[in-house]
Amino acid sequence: MIAPEFFYAAVIVMIGAFLALLRVFFGPSVPDRVVGVDTLNTLIVAGMVLLGAAYDRTIYIDIAIVYALLSYVGTLAIAKYLQGGLR
Amino acid sequence: MIEWIIGIFLAIGVFFNLLASVGILRFPDVYTRIHAATKCTTFGTIFIVLATVTYSVYSYYWIQKDPAWITIGIHSALVVIFLVLTNPVGAHAIGRAARKSGIAPYGAVIDELEGKL
Repeated sequence: MIAPEFFYAAVIVMIGAFLALLRVFFGPSVPDRVVGVDTLNTLIVAGMVLLGAAYDRTIYIDIAIVYALLSYVGTLAIAKYLQGGLR
Repeated sequence: MIEWIIGIFLAIGVFFNLLASVGILRFPDVYTRIHAATKCTTFGTIFIVLATVTYSVYSYYWIQKDPAWITIGIHSALVVIFLVLTNPVGAHAIGRAARKSGIAPYGAVIDELEGKL
């Protein structure tokens, strides 16, 4: 059983993710691109929750938990690198 | 009735997520982009997960007594708890790294960190 309202919401969230991807492409500086990637991560987590509800699969939502934590670690690593080493 | 509640939650969440994407394209420098992106995506994802939890509780009590529905609700709540705890910390780290790598705020009237970094 596919719940259609969750599926359409996931499609609109993916349009927003495409707009964030434009910032990753055209960002003038490196922290702008990192902000674009951070937004993209959160939008993809929201899209995974929506698809998990739309297709009634618990495993998609588990993947969303793991992706949220790993994207946080990745953002922290890039920020540490940008501010000049592991201080 | 319950479809209207789920639809309103989904509409609020999707609208704020789209607002974050528009703000990240429209604002002039990296700090205002962080401001737009972090708060709007966190708020929108809270409402999307609220819609999912409402859907799972409704399906458990009125459609089918299947424990998989409760699993979907609890794991969605875990997603939003982790996201609310980690998203502002990541935004703070990006902003601090941008300021330390020498990017000045656009059109700043007063900059308290000028000369201290």
